[in-house]
Amino acid sequence: MPKDKRFSGSRYGPAERHMAESLVEIERRMLSGQSEEEDCDCKEGMFNGLTRRNILTGGIALGGAVFTAGQAAADAPPGAFEYPVQPDPTKEQGRMILDDGGYGSRSQFENELRWRYPTASLDSSWSMTPLASGHGIVTPSGLHFERHHGGIPAIDPRTHELILHGMVDEPMRFTVDDLKRLPAVSRFCFIECSGNGLTEWKEPTLRTVQGTHGLTSTSEWTGVRLSTLLEMVGLSDGAAWILAEGSDAAVMTRSVPVDKAMDDAIVAYAQNGEALRPEQGYPLRLVLPGFEGNTHIKWLRRLEVSDKPFMTREETSKYTDLMPDGTARQFSLTMEAKSVITFPSGAMKLPRPGFYEITGLAWSGRGKIARVEVSADGGATWQEAALDGPVLPKCHTRFRLPWTWTGKEAVLQSRAVDETGYVQPTLPELVKVRGLKSVYHLNAIQSWHIAQDGEVTNVHA
Amino acid sequence: MSTPKTSLLCAAALTVMVPCLAQEAWAGNEPSRTVAQLPERIGKFEERAPAGPTRSSAAKVGDIDPAKAHFGVGQPATDMQIAGFNIDAMPDGRGLPPGQGSYAEGEEVFAERCAACHGADLEGNKDIGAPKLIGGRGTLTDAKPVKTVESYWPHASTLFDYVHRAMPMDSPGSLSADEVYAVSAYILGRADIISDDPGTTLDAESMAKVEMPNADGFVSDPRPDVRNKE
Ligand code: HEC
Repeated sequence: MPKDKRFSGSRYGPAERHMAESLVEIERRMLSGQSEEEDCDCKEGMFNGLTRRNILTGGIALGGAVFTAGQAAADAPPGAFEYPVQPDPTKEQGRMILDDGGYGSRSQFENELRWRYPTASLDSSWSMTPLASGHGIVTPSGLHFERHHGGIPAIDPRTHELILHGMVDEPMRFTVDDLKRLPAVSRFCFIECSGNGLTEWKEPTLRTVQGTHGLTSTSEWTGVRLSTLLEMVGLSDGAAWILAEGSDAAVMTRSVPVDKAMDDAIVAYAQNGEALRPEQGYPLRLVLPGFEGNTHIKWLRRLEVSDKPFMTREETSKYTDLMPDGTARQFSLTMEAKSVITFPSGAMKLPRPGFYEITGLAWSGRGKIARVEVSADGGATWQEAALDGPVLPKCHTRFRLPWTWTGKEAVLQSRAVDETGYVQPTLPELVKVRGLKSVYHLNAIQSWHIAQDGEVTNVHA
Repeated sequence: MSTPKTSLLCAAALTVMVPCLAQEAWAGNEPSRTVAQLPERIGKFEERAPAGPTRSSAAKVGDIDPAKAHFGVGQPATDMQIAGFNIDAMPDGRGLPPGQGSYAEGEEVFAERCAACHGADLEGNKDIGAPKLIGGRGTLTDAKPVKTVESYWPHASTLFDYVHRAMPMDSPGSLSADEVYAVSAYILGRADIISDDPGTTLDAESMAKVEMPNADGFVSDPRPDVRNKE
């Protein structure tokens, strides 16, 4: 197929470019009177169902651009195609099956997006999950938060291998295909970056729950237990730490305690029922349920067993918590219990007094959430919220509480208690012990102020 | 892609990270590609063929005993294959490669490969997120601590390890071991952690002996440290 200069800009990914070029080719064939039934590779793949009808009725939007016979129309949100909206869908056939090419898309009327925190570097940056519009406990893969230190590599799984060596009896290497032959396990768990909330220590800074809490997401992860691989290679006496290394431009590395590796670590190749997304570590990612996000090494290529931690840059210069006395805490790996009300939350406006269901998420790296309490008066009184099932260990747990807003000022808070009895602290309690410059591991109670006009704002209360 | 030459390259690339090891795998014998083919259509109904079972890279199936973690899956990794990936350096010097470099050589490496982002005086550049590399000693108890290699990093090995794997940001992993020793000597010399005499040289042995100002500044995680009551 001829390459079309129109689609070569950075705006188009390879898939979008292919689709766009295919559309142009179909259009060309139509205009030149050739039958679309004729053999043409534009019919393969994303375009099985694409017919003259679609083109005549307005075309399909690709990653933001619409291709009707040469004209552009309004942009559809990323992940959606713009289909003609039918005045009465009961009076004509809907669009044809597989019009999306056989891999679905979201509605053109849905627009949730990850949002990038404006770090100076684009290569080392993060994007956050739009928690405000989430439902249930699973984060759609395309909205799972991201943190990269060297961009997102594109790796062919056929050429990728995982090597295990160091203090082991028999060093081994595994292809991705090898790993898929081994006994597998699936589990839901959250991954939270320990930098989640780092802007919020001193004063309320970001306006939305995406900004204050969006570095946590939950997926179902599938792969091989790391313990299975470690049993295959055999751990030597004295083995205590494992270096996990990724094959991105940062060649990201973290040291993981062997106990954790043997307990519940997974070398994952799948997320939410399909292969990992590239930005989540395709083709292999280490998943350490309950541990800080940075340790869940993406694009995993190497595991080296040793007696000591490796003291990599991300566990010394970064991801360490500086205390008021000038010492820094290291290997604060477990994410402590935390919760946040996602509705109503910052930058929303309640249209008028009335009934609202307060809802949010709670999670703990130490196990299950036992209880979530909600306050509408800034912590003076608390009411127990209902936990939606399933309540899983080290996993987002959805809570709900019916609430009637009378139109008076209110401060909404939620407080999680996990199965160890740990109670989520208030910010002053946390700051009293840790000061204001530890950057990471902020798990304090979040406050949302409801003004008399219904405006919801991020406050410290 | 996978030829005997590839494995030779692997062996030669002891200090450079190249994913050559992977290309030796049986799977690497397939033609290189940039996208997956769509599943083939099969049968009268033109169904899409399933992915099916994958193949183990093990030379032979061997004795299968899942209870003993014998699956006939995967293959042994040779020392040479491991060496191509084994780039990490530990505080006691384990993993630091052969080679050496001086402060004077490091000054040149820094000017050519680092200064554009980290600044001629290692002062950093906030606009591109390149951290300040030296200074800040004695500020860790301040309200605005200045955390740098000099003031905060507990081990010199981390500097070698990180620069070797991830810097320069615009062409990571491109420095030779000698260049990394040299630029480390320059940064540590500018930080007054080692001598800034142009002849000061670092190698595996001397690097492991460098004492960082904040070596004793780290404590292990004492949490749960904050108690709330209901
Ligand atoms: C293209 C710009 C660029 C160049 C060139 C560059 N760096 Fe960097 N460097 C960065 C950025 C950006 C970061 C922060 C990366 C991150 O946080 O993930 C960084 C981080 C570092 C750090 C870690 C600092 C800390 O406190 O954690 C060190 C050390 C470092 N660079 C050394 C070097 C050396 C030595 C060179 C030259 C060989 C070099 N850099 C070249 C952009 C650059």
